[in-house]
Amino acid sequence: MTAVVTPPADPALLARLHERLEARATGADAPDVHYRTVDSPVGRLLVAATEAGVARIAFEREGEDAVLQTLADRIGPRILRTPGRLDDAARWFDGYFAGRRDPFALPLDTRLAKGFRLEVLGHLRDVGYGQRVSYAALAATTSSPRAVRAVGTACATNPLPLAIPCHRVTRSDGSVGAYLGGPEMKVRLLALESTGVLPE
Amino acid sequence: MREPFEHVVAEHGEVVWRVCRGLLPQHDAEDAWSETFLAALGAWDRFEGDRVRGWLVTIAHRKALDVLRASARTVTPEEGVPDAPAPPGGRDLDLWAALARLPDGQRAAVVHHHIAGLPYDEVALVTGTSSAAARKAASDGVRRLRTLLVLEEA
Repeated sequence: MTAVVTPPADPALLARLHERLEARATGADAPDVHYRTVDSPVGRLLVAATEAGVARIAFEREGEDAVLQTLADRIGPRILRTPGRLDDAARWFDGYFAGRRDPFALPLDTRLAKGFRLEVLGHLRDVGYGQRVSYAALAATTSSPRAVRAVGTACATNPLPLAIPCHRVTRSDGSVGAYLGGPEMKVRLLALESTGVLPE
Repeated sequence: MREPFEHVVAEHGEVVWRVCRGLLPQHDAEDAWSETFLAALGAWDRFEGDRVRGWLVTIAHRKALDVLRASARTVTPEEGVPDAPAPPGGRDLDLWAALARLPDGQRAAVVHHHIAGLPYDEVALVTGTSSAAARKAASDGVRRLRTLLVLEEA
């Protein structure tokens, strides 16, 4: 039986159809999670949000598919790419990497963090631009002041790096310590916040 | 674990487009495509099974009927083949135009089997017929289509 050969759909048409779907998928029809990627000086970032706010920021090295699958498992599989709805987030990163301290308040949804880790993230949000705090000092502000290692874990599993500034937490001996985006990136971000310029 | 819906759009968006376009004129097909994926997005967390394409085609088939009812018109032989000069890829238009000239049952069977690639038992589920009837409708439709396309090329 001969197949009926139809022409491949024009990629521009498929892009336009996708944009229409994005425009329609709001309100009661909104997805569980919408996301986009943002090209930044520290590589491509994935930004994913719920209706409440940005819930996940991921570095390129974490892998887009792996991050999206985790979001599907933990928040919901109704996930749609909607660049237009996340223009604000993209502008926030543009401002941050241009050296503006606190470009504006980005609505965040911290539902991916639970319990003590969520508590630590709350304290981290009080660590201001350009400041540094040690893991031990951060622990001292929590309900478990001696849980230095658990604070380290909370930073290492921060679902919202950059927006919740885990890069401002450094080791008591003065070294920068680990970072989701790699220790070199942490050094660059700290330099950006002290000089206003992101080093290469 | 269910995959992110965006992967479903990426994998099946084109075939659903061809189904919608096979059943409807260009503008209505665009409406049907967005309605199909909007409905599928809403139901994705409850979808069970592994026949994603068949599920999407079933939705697209229903949405195509809805769009036709809403615009209160039927696909006529004139649809898509006005006297205007053929756009680039004019031969592509010929196939869609020829499909539009088939009786509804044949068009649906040809689109769902030959264009969407569904087996006849799934085509039968989509169109509410038997597998044998779907096979016959597709076969009759393809024969008719060949005649139409040869006539147009002449």
